[in-house]
Amino acid sequence: MSLTIALYGITRDIVGAATIELPAPAPTTVGELLAEMRRQYPALGELRSCAVAVNQEYAPTDQPLHPVDEIALIPPVAGG
Amino acid sequence: MTRHLTITDQPIDVAAALAAVQTEAAGAVNAFVGTVRNQSGGRAVRRLHYESYDSMALTQLGHVVAQAHEKWPMLQAVAVVHRKGTLALGDVAVVVAVATPHRAESFAACQYIIDTLKQVVTIWKREEYEDGTEWVAAHP
Repeated sequence: MSLTIALYGITRDIVGAATIELPAPAPTTVGELLAEMRRQYPALGELRSCAVAVNQEYAPTDQPLHPVDEIALIPPVAGG
Repeated sequence: MTRHLTITDQPIDVAAALAAVQTEAAGAVNAFVGTVRNQSGGRAVRRLHYESYDSMALTQLGHVVAQAHEKWPMLQAVAVVHRKGTLALGDVAVVVAVATPHRAESFAACQYIIDTLKQVVTIWKREEYEDGTEWVAAHP
C-alpha cells in the first residue's frame, strides 16, 4: 500500500511540495512514518516538534496507518 | 450553547463576532482580539502570512470549545474567527468572543480558548521582515 501525506507550513517548504506520496511498502505506523520522513528530509529533525495528524486528530506514534486515512505532518503551530 | 467557528481569508468583523454571541441569558460578553504587531523578537515585522489546515483547525477548535463548555457549563455562546492569508500591521488576526451569565467565567473561558487555540489549532504564521521571512516557532 502507498500513503499520501499532506504538508503544511515549514514542512511544505522543506519537502518542496504540498503533498508527498510514499510508495509501497509504506510505513505502517505514525512512528515509522516520522522516521522515514526524517530519513528522507533531515531538516524535519531540526524542528521544535513535528506531529502527525490522522483524520484531523493528533495521532500517537503507535497508531496504524491506512491508505484511506487523511494524513498530515503538523509542524509547530502558531495561530492566534 | 451556540458556537460560531470560522477561518476566513477576509477581514474580520469584530462587531459581528460580538453580536453572534449576544443572548438574553448572558449578562457578560468577553472578547479577545489579536492583532498584527510591528515587531517580533526585536525584528521589525512588515506583514504576516497565516496558513491553515482548515478542516483540522475547525475540528480542533471544536474540541477546544467543547472542553471550555465542560469547564464552564454556564457558557452560553462562543464565537471564534481566525484570519488566514496575508495580513498587514494592525489587522485583526483572531477574535474569541464568549457569553456567560456573569463576568468572572467570561474572562476565564475566553482566556482558556485563546490559550488552548494557540497550542493545538493547525494554523501557521510566517513573519516577513526587511531581510527575509521565518515560520514562527518552527525551530527551538
